[in-house]
Amino acid sequence: MAEPKKSDETVDATPNVTEIVQQDASTTSEVEAILDTRVDRGEPILQVRNLVKHFPLTSGILVKKQVGAVKAVDGISFDLYQGETLGIVGESGCGKSTVAKLLMTLEKATAGEVFYKGQDITKLSGRALKAVRRNIQMVFQDPYTSLNPRMTVGDIIGEPFDIHPEVAPKGDRRRKVQELLDVVGLNPEYINRYPHQFSGGQRQRIGIARGLALNPEIIICDEPVSALDVSVQAQVINLMDKLQGEFNLSYIFIAHDLSIVRHISDRVGVMYLGKMAEIGTDEQIYEHPTHPYTQALLSAVPVPDPEAREHRERIILSGDIPSPANPPSGCRFRTRCWKVQDRCSTEVPLLAIPERFQGLDSPVAHESACHFAEEKDVVGAA
Amino acid sequence: MPEPYDDGAIAGTGAGGAMDLATSEATTLEQQPSAASGGRAPGGPLGTGPSEKPRSLWSDAWRDLRRNPVFIISGLVILFLVVISLWPSLIADGNPLQCDLAKAQEGSQPGHPFGYNGQGCDVYTRTVYGARTSVTVGVCTTVGVALFGSFVGGLAGFFGGGWDALLSRVTDIFFGIPVVLGGLVFLSVVTSATVWPVIGFMILLGWPQIARIARGSVITAKQNDYVQAARALGASNSRMLLRHIAPNAVAPVIVVATIALGTYIALEATLSYLGVGLKPPTVSWGIDISAASQYIRNAPHMLLWPAGALAITVLAFIMLGDAVRDALDPKLR
Repeated sequence: MAEPKKSDETVDATPNVTEIVQQDASTTSEVEAILDTRVDRGEPILQVRNLVKHFPLTSGILVKKQVGAVKAVDGISFDLYQGETLGIVGESGCGKSTVAKLLMTLEKATAGEVFYKGQDITKLSGRALKAVRRNIQMVFQDPYTSLNPRMTVGDIIGEPFDIHPEVAPKGDRRRKVQELLDVVGLNPEYINRYPHQFSGGQRQRIGIARGLALNPEIIICDEPVSALDVSVQAQVINLMDKLQGEFNLSYIFIAHDLSIVRHISDRVGVMYLGKMAEIGTDEQIYEHPTHPYTQALLSAVPVPDPEAREHRERIILSGDIPSPANPPSGCRFRTRCWKVQDRCSTEVPLLAIPERFQGLDSPVAHESACHFAEEKDVVGAA
Repeated sequence: MPEPYDDGAIAGTGAGGAMDLATSEATTLEQQPSAASGGRAPGGPLGTGPSEKPRSLWSDAWRDLRRNPVFIISGLVILFLVVISLWPSLIADGNPLQCDLAKAQEGSQPGHPFGYNGQGCDVYTRTVYGARTSVTVGVCTTVGVALFGSFVGGLAGFFGGGWDALLSRVTDIFFGIPVVLGGLVFLSVVTSATVWPVIGFMILLGWPQIARIARGSVITAKQNDYVQAARALGASNSRMLLRHIAPNAVAPVIVVATIALGTYIALEATLSYLGVGLKPPTVSWGIDISAASQYIRNAPHMLLWPAGALAITVLAFIMLGDAVRDALDPKLR
């Protein structure tokens, strides 16, 4: 079957995909057939369209009344291409982890779609959802709470095979688990140990091995290294890089550490208060940011060279991140932006290539949700 | 893709085992420059040699328990209690109901080491025969309370929302029934002389305590990332509950249930004392303790022997519960 064509303009892609979904997915077996189709490198494997998650705020003891909603994720769209790493950065509370949970369907989306190979997985349930989960796996943030303390490493990594028995015949599982331990750089003899006998980095490797067990195509990493020491962070990141090549994985890499995201990502999306502020290749985002929020974030990255440090401009944002229960009208960043004008409070900036950069064959021509997008050299490298 | 570790797999014996050891040490050196901070070397203090069979939480717990003196002692006491509950005539050849009023309140004498009670019955025989009732009441009540309480509490905690509200309110209603008043009302209409109405009544009033604890610990356990990870793998609700939540939520239930076991035996005594629990001719420590309590100054032996038996029984169950809880927590190994 035809895959939705790669398109830079998200708006165009949507009807195309919807059509395909309507043709398919009438039965579970058809869904499974779709999941077996191969996606070539460079084709979108995951398409997120206007994804929304509102957590209701209720009041009242007996009769609950909704008085508002925390708009954790409020209309996010992006594509993930086969074999690439998409980094998502943003400060605490901007909705990064909620995006991860929505993509894993651990949370039910309030609105919007997530198309995996043209199949909207937010509407799936039962066997079809279970089949999708084989192909999309997750690595969790905290290696101390993401492994069941009462299961041995062998049981933890072998559990995917218990849940999806079709992946590995029973007699083969122990060998598979040991193979996985070896792949992530742990001694296969550790199979009978408990998680508390490992260090944080080793635990995260166990978490990665569990994610790899079903041979998924997409791995969603929710701050996989932020709980680890810096030296161990590098080891785990390099391991993930190596595994990506070995197993042809696509990563969604969520983090708040800009330099790590740059190291591993092919493309980067910057989130602010439940919306995507800017998205582009790592060069576009890091060398030619056009959204003021991205510029402010980048100006906070420590520069190891004292000479260069003197020349760079440090953008200090005033105020706190507004409450996602009551976000500012128009542009969400306007309360902290130094370029704010009247237009910002009335008109929501769309995530698109800004008009003035359209058609330019330059790295500044990437999607940025700002009315006054312009380049600003914040890194001081020039 | 690196070589699969065929030779290191499954249970090798003899020479195979020795070879595995060599392999494992080689891999440790090769692959684990960073391992020093975490896992110990194979064959370390845990004795996790290579070539072992796959192990599970329960098999490890059992291995641990067999080496625990607390478990062995309490286990032997409980085993002894169970045996004499089933076959009391093994160690007591008298009849607990054959009494001679002429010997009332007499102290220890040859052939009757514990003396006689107020009715002139042999205290030793009655203490041995009383074990059956007390153990039956204690164990059955605890098992019933633990099962029903964890079931209700677990469902309320796991599903949350409306189920939680409904089940928690039902729990509160039963929690509000006063034990003694409830006992007088419920049990006074029962004519059966067996232990079952008493057990049923105590389960009816006892389960809310366990349900609340189970609900709380299930809520704590289900928020852990490993439950989310299991869900992300496509695990069913029952799998998440049984494999991930229950083992991590069961410890407080075991502890509270074993402690409560003693209370149930004592509660049975209270109800018997009030005349609504067990009735003579049933032989029970509770009946004997309440009957003897009035004569504690004149004939303390009548009270001390059944009370001592009760205390040892309760202690044994509490120690057992403690040992089981420790064995189920790998972090304490």
